[in-house]
Amino acid sequence: MDDKASAGVSMDSRVAGVRRETAETTLNLRKKSRPGENVIQGFLLFCGVLSMFTTIGIVLVLGNESLHFFTNDNVSITEFLTGTQWSPQIGQFGILPLLLATLVTSFIAMLVALPLGLGAAIYLSEYASPRARKILKPVLEVLAGVPTIVYGYFALTFMTPLLQSIFGKDTVNIYNMAAAGLVMGIMILPLVCSMSEDALSAVPRSLREGAYGLGATRLETATKIVVPAGLSGIIAAFVVAISRAVGETMIVAVAAGAGPNFTLNPFASAETMTGHIARISGGDLSYDSIDYNSIFAIGMLLFLLTLVLNMGSRRLVRRFREVYE
Amino acid sequence: MTTQDRYTLNARNMSVFYGSFKAINSVNLDIERNKITALIGPSGCGKSTVLRSFNRMNDLVPSARVEGEVIFHNQNLYAPHVDAVEVRRRIGMVFQKPNPFPKSIYDNIAFGPRISGWKGSKTEMDDLVEHSLRNAALWDDVKDKLKASGLALSGGQQQRLCIARALAVEPEVILMDEPCSALDPISTLKIEELMMELKQRYTIVIVTHNMQQAARASDYTAFFLMNAERAGEIVEYGPTGDLFTNPKDKRTEDYITGRFG
Ligand SMILES: Nc1ncnc2c1ncn2[C@@H]1O[C@H](COP(=O)(O)OP(=O)(O)O)[C@@H](O)[C@H]1O
Ligand SMILES: [Mg+2]
Repeated sequence: MDDKASAGVSMDSRVAGVRRETAETTLNLRKKSRPGENVIQGFLLFCGVLSMFTTIGIVLVLGNESLHFFTNDNVSITEFLTGTQWSPQIGQFGILPLLLATLVTSFIAMLVALPLGLGAAIYLSEYASPRARKILKPVLEVLAGVPTIVYGYFALTFMTPLLQSIFGKDTVNIYNMAAAGLVMGIMILPLVCSMSEDALSAVPRSLREGAYGLGATRLETATKIVVPAGLSGIIAAFVVAISRAVGETMIVAVAAGAGPNFTLNPFASAETMTGHIARISGGDLSYDSIDYNSIFAIGMLLFLLTLVLNMGSRRLVRRFREVYE
Repeated sequence: MTTQDRYTLNARNMSVFYGSFKAINSVNLDIERNKITALIGPSGCGKSTVLRSFNRMNDLVPSARVEGEVIFHNQNLYAPHVDAVEVRRRIGMVFQKPNPFPKSIYDNIAFGPRISGWKGSKTEMDDLVEHSLRNAALWDDVKDKLKASGLALSGGQQQRLCIARALAVEPEVILMDEPCSALDPISTLKIEELMMELKQRYTIVIVTHNMQQAARASDYTAFFLMNAERAGEIVEYGPTGDLFTNPKDKRTEDYITGRFG
């Protein structure tokens, strides 16, 4: 009874609009149920939990299968981590050739993607006119959307011949890490550029004005004020880029070569960890075969590698960050 | 030239446009050397625009365009051959909101000298930093924490850091755009005292919408209003005492007595 009465009063006052002064109306501060809010909140929670469990699931599967590899198949972890030969046929499971190829291709990719990506980001955020930016940013985003298989064949049919014509056919193998790495760099460049540009654009305008007001040139403002202030975001971009390079599969599978090769020579063919997984899992593999288990061990190592990268970068960021405001 | 002995800056028929919008209509203003000149007027009347035209800060706004002349050392700052970067080294600026760089206090001060080709030794730089901080009345507050971030200071200290930073490049003129509007009254008074000190060696132009501040702290005052086309114009310009006690224009009187604006 009482409830209804008070509800009626509050309805009245709502109908009457702003009439708080009139003494009779009682202010209704009761909790209202908001089913929409709850549904949305539940859904968001579900999304968060789902992605968390997916990750945990992946780690569990990886861990479990690699455990099989190390326990059932008589491959010791030290052998796995320090061996320089990967020949499953004769029971050699040294990861180093695959790891080295991954590092070499990623390193070459970073040589391309980091300086060019950051340079392009500085150009876009500090130099480009609003019109140029409006045209260039979407172009970059299109570049980021090209399927990696296309890049792979671009490496094989354009980059490799180009390298061969520069360094000679004898030096440059048809399948080689340099071509794969360079093209991988081109693939990652838009990502580095776009993320770095976001970081630079987020630096407050007032800091730039402060620098210009002291007689700084555009370049000085960009390199001495804006880039340091946006450094945490730039490092984040770099780390994502490295993880991307380490995990990239198609380009290296197509252009870097099929067969482990323990070498630092960028013009030699060599197989990366991802390339190897792709090739092996592409064939007929029986579950429980040692080959099958070995790719989970490689996957686990890849996972740990990116994990370490991410954690290391966080420390780095905390150390060098210039906090504005 | 005698006018340039007495005056640091002379604006001659200076009009400023943002795109097709005329924000400032034909301003003539002589800024006397070693004096504090205040620009007052209601908000939006173009005070900041005028101030930013004095060191070519408006170059950074792509749509902005200046007509007329600003004379500095007998040269028009807007002549085609003049380098805006050189202009800004000689005509420094302090902004409305303190904007220290996210670097140490020391590096904030050293930034200007370093980019203008500082050749001295480390100890000389130490001296310059100390000297600049002393001149900005900040040394005693920060001498034990020069390595701390400039952002760790209070608002008033940050603004004095920005002043010290401007002083370190040894400009002739310091432009201040409402430097106290984000500060508490005590910090405001400190900055005003500081300005009094600084005018011995520098020419100061300050934008303020605080009438008491203009009356207290400035030697000359220019009063701006928008005309019918919303372009800012100078209504009255003269010694601060005269303008506040004996305004010639009715609109000035209305404004300073608080009847509009
Ligand atoms: N960057 C800009 N682009 C376009 N119009 C501007 C810009 N800056 C200021 N204006 C315009 O110029 C006029 C004067 O502005 P401003 O100089 O900031 O006035 P005040 O400092 O006196 O408040 C205003 O009408 C404002 O909208
Ligand atoms: Mg203003």
